[in-house]
Amino acid sequence: MVAERVPVEATHIMMFARSIGDPNPIYYDADYAASTEPGRIIAPPTYIQASAQFDEDYPLRPKIGEPWFGSGATPTGTPPRTDGAKDSEDDGDKKSGGGNGGTLHAEQHFTYHRHIGPGDVLTPTVKPGETWEKQSRRGGKLLFSESVTEFHNQDGELMITSRGVGVRTEKPVEQDPS
Amino acid sequence: MSLSASELNVGDSRTEVVVDNLTRTQLVQYAGASGDYNPLHTDDLFTREVAGYPGVFAHGMLTMGLTGRVITDWVGDGRLQNFGVRFVNQVWPGDTLTTTAEVTEIRDTDDGPVADFSITTVNQSDKPVVTGTASALLTP
Repeated sequence: MVAERVPVEATHIMMFARSIGDPNPIYYDADYAASTEPGRIIAPPTYIQASAQFDEDYPLRPKIGEPWFGSGATPTGTPPRTDGAKDSEDDGDKKSGGGNGGTLHAEQHFTYHRHIGPGDVLTPTVKPGETWEKQSRRGGKLLFSESVTEFHNQDGELMITSRGVGVRTEKPVEQDPS
Repeated sequence: MSLSASELNVGDSRTEVVVDNLTRTQLVQYAGASGDYNPLHTDDLFTREVAGYPGVFAHGMLTMGLTGRVITDWVGDGRLQNFGVRFVNQVWPGDTLTTTAEVTEIRDTDDGPVADFSITTVNQSDKPVVTGTASALLTP
C-alpha cells in the first residue's frame, strides 16, 4: 500500500502549502525561491504525506465505480458486514467504517536528508515496523502499528525518511470536557 | 535567511497563533491537497452516525502542517533536519491553535551547529493537541 513513484510538482506544492495556511513564497514563487539558500521551490515539511495521491490502492480516496464508506443517501455507503466478520479483519487498513473506533494517527516523524522540490521523482520503500498494544481510559484497547517509509529521488539519493504510527481504537475516543 | 548559532540560545522560544477559528472548509482544502479523504474530516453525517464522534475533526497531519510553519519561519528554508510529533488530542472546527517552539539544545555536528527544539501546539483551552521535537542546521 504505497505509491510506486511520486512525482513532485509545483502546483501540488502550492495547493498543499495553502491548505496548511503557510504563505511562505518559497512554496510557490520560483523567482523568489531562486534567491533563497535552497535556490528553488521546496516542499513544506509535511508535504510528503500527500504522496498518498500517487498510491493506486490508497483506501482513503474514493475509487471510481466502487462504494465509498462516507455518506450519500445514507450515513455510510458501506454498511457493516452481516456475516459476522468485522470490517477490520479483511481490510487491515485505515478505513473507519462501522463497528469500532477506527484508526487514528498517533505519531508522525520525518527526517530530511535533502529537501525535495518540483521535478523530483521519488520512489518510496516501506520497511517493516513494530506493533504494540496499550490500554487507555478514553479509547479502550489501543493497537499501535508503525510504518517506516524511505523516499529516494531519481538519482538514488535518500531524501526523506517518514515514520508513522497509527492507532486502532476499540471505541471512539472519549472527549475530556474542556 | 538561515539562522546563525550565535543568534540562538537554549531557552529562546517563539509563540504564534497558527490557525484562528479553524474552518470546515480548511479541512476540505487539506483533504484535497493531501489526498486523505477520510470522511471523519469532511463528512459530518458519517462522523456522527457511523463513527460515533460529535462531528468532523481535523486531520492530525493538518495540525502538524500548521505547527511546522513556526519552526521553518524561524530556522529558514531548507534547514530542517527532523520534525516529529505525537497527536495527543483531536482538533475541531472553530479551534484556535497556538504553537510554541523552544530551543532545548545547541550541539556541534559534522555538518555544523544544530539546534534542537521542543514544540507544543495547544488549543484555545490551553490543551495540547500536538507535542513534538525538531532539529535544524544552523550557520556557525
